[in-house]
Amino acid sequence: MSAVIEVNALARVFGQNRAVDGMTFHVEQGEVFGLLGPNGAGKTTTVRLLNGILPPSEGTARVFGLDPTTQGEDIRRRTGVLTETPALYERLSARENLEFFATLQAIPASDVSRRVDEILEFFELASRANDKVETFSKGMKQRLALARALIHRPPLLFLDEPTSGLDPEAAQQVNDLIENLTSANGQTVMLATHNLFEAQRLCDRVAIMNKGRILAMGSLKELSRKLWPVTWVDITFHVKPSENVAGSLKAQRGVIQASAEDEALAVQVENEDVIPEVVRHLINNGASILKVNPRDYTLEDIYFALQAGEA
Amino acid sequence: MNWRSIWAIARKDLKEVQQNKAAWIPALVLPLIFAIVLPILFTVLPQVLPVEDIQRELGDMETLLKNLPPTIRAIFDGLKLEQMFVLYMTAFMLAPLFLIMPLMFSSVVGADSFVGERERKTMEALLYSPATDMELFLGKVLAALIPAISLSWLTYLVYIIVVNVASFNLFGRVWFPLPTWWPLMFWLTPAFALLGISATVMISARVKTFMEAYQLTGSLVVLVLGLVIGQATGVLYLGVETVMLVGTLIWILDVVLIRAGIRGFKRSMLITKL
Repeated sequence: MSAVIEVNALARVFGQNRAVDGMTFHVEQGEVFGLLGPNGAGKTTTVRLLNGILPPSEGTARVFGLDPTTQGEDIRRRTGVLTETPALYERLSARENLEFFATLQAIPASDVSRRVDEILEFFELASRANDKVETFSKGMKQRLALARALIHRPPLLFLDEPTSGLDPEAAQQVNDLIENLTSANGQTVMLATHNLFEAQRLCDRVAIMNKGRILAMGSLKELSRKLWPVTWVDITFHVKPSENVAGSLKAQRGVIQASAEDEALAVQVENEDVIPEVVRHLINNGASILKVNPRDYTLEDIYFALQAGEA
Repeated sequence: MNWRSIWAIARKDLKEVQQNKAAWIPALVLPLIFAIVLPILFTVLPQVLPVEDIQRELGDMETLLKNLPPTIRAIFDGLKLEQMFVLYMTAFMLAPLFLIMPLMFSSVVGADSFVGERERKTMEALLYSPATDMELFLGKVLAALIPAISLSWLTYLVYIIVVNVASFNLFGRVWFPLPTWWPLMFWLTPAFALLGISATVMISARVKTFMEAYQLTGSLVVLVLGLVIGQATGVLYLGVETVMLVGTLIWILDVVLIRAGIRGFKRSMLITKL
C-alpha cells in the first residue's frame, strides 16, 4: 500500500488561534481514515489545507505526492469534497448542479450528460433530476452533494460531517452509501466527524483531535490497547460454579483479578492471549461455561477517555 | 486559462440570477420608465399642450440653447419650437440618465454573484473545484457584464423606437439617435457596466449580504447625477468628444479597480470569510 496523504508537522494559525497545530499523519490508499474531534478541533481546516484552499503556516503536506500550496488545482481534480453544508445551488435543478460541477471538473462535454444520468441513478435521484434543489428534503440534498463530490470519480474523497443535521433514517442512508463506495470501489476516504458511531462503523483508523492537535491515532483495537493495556473478560456459567473458582483463578499466570457473582465471573487479564488459559482452567475445574465475552471498548469510550485526559 | 470553466461559471450565475426574481424585477422598472414613459411624455406633451405653457414651466428655449456648444446648437437650427423641445429633452437631457442602467444591472447581478454565493453558503463547494482563482473571478465578472450591457442596449433600442414613433407626427421622419448617442451606447455604457462590477467586487469583499452590496454600489449613481447636472447647467455637454473622454477615464478607472479586485479574489481569503 502507498500513502495517498502524507502530513508532517502541519500547522495553520489564524491570529492567535492555532487551528491546526503540528499534525503528523498519513493515509494509505483504500483506507477510510477518520478525523474525530469536537467543533473547532481543526478538522475542516485540515481538509482545506489538504485541498490547497488554505496555505499552511508551518509544516508540509503531500496529497498524491503533490504540494497543496502550489499544486492545489491538480489535487482538486483528483479529490471530491462533501462540505459540511450541502452547498448546492437551490434555485437550479439537481441535473444543472451536477452538470455545472462536471464541467468544472473537465469531464468532456460529450460525456457530461451520460455521467450525470449515471450518478443520479446511483443515488436514486433520477426521478427528481429536473426539480429545483430547494424542493428536496435534507437527505436528498446530502445525497446530491455526495453525487457532486463523486461526479468525476475522484480517487480520494473528503467527507466533512456527512450526516450533520440529518434525521436517523437519512443519516443511515448516507452511511450505507459511503460504506458501499468504500467496499465496492476501494476508495480512499478521509472522514471528518464528531459522530463517533459513524466513525466506528466506517473508519479503518482514526485520529482523535482537540484544539488542532492529534491526541491519539490508530485503529479501534490499537487505541483500546494503548489506553487500557489490561483486558476484562466476562464469563457466564450454565450453573453457578463453586465458591472458590475466583480464588483459584487468581493464582493463574496473567490473571490480575477475578470476582464472581451468581452465574457470572469478571476476570481482568494482562492481555487477550491469557483468555484461553483461563477458560481451560475453569473447564478442568468442572465449570460449565455458557459464554465468554472479552470486553470491547467503543470509540466513544476511547474518545471520552482521551478528551477527559486532555481537559 | 480554461474558458470552458469560465463560461460554465458565468452561465450558472446567469441562471441563478434569472431565478432570483426579487432581485431583477425591481431593476426593470427604471428602464421601463426611461425607455417608454419619459420619451412618450416629452414627445406627446408639446403636441397636446400649448407650447407657451411648456416654455413657462421650463424656461425660455432660446436661453437653454445658448448654453449649448455651437456644434450642437446647429442641430436645432430651423426647427419649430415644439421640435426643439422634443429634441432637447429626448436627445440631450435624458442621455446621461441612461448610464444608470449599466450600473444598476451590473450591481444587481454582481452583488448576487459575489456576495449572494457567500450568503447562500454555496461558495465553499465552488472553491473546492479545480477552477483557478482567475477563472472564478472572470466567470463572475462575465456573468454580470453580459446582462448589464445587453439589457442596457435593449433599453436603448426600445427608447430609439419609442422616440421615433412618438415624435413621427412632429418630425415626419426617423431622426433619432443623434451621432452623440453612438459613443454613449457603445463606449460609455460598457465602461459604466464594468465600473458597476468592479465596484461590486471591491464592496463584496467587505460586506456580508446581497442588499448591503447592492445599496453601496448604488452610490455610484452620484457619478451619473454629476453628468446630468453638468448637462443641465451647461458645464459639461455630452457631445461626441466629451463622451469619448469621459469613457476613456472610466475605462482607466475600471482597469485599476479590476486589478485591485483580482488581487483580493483569493481562495484563501474567501474561505476565511465564509
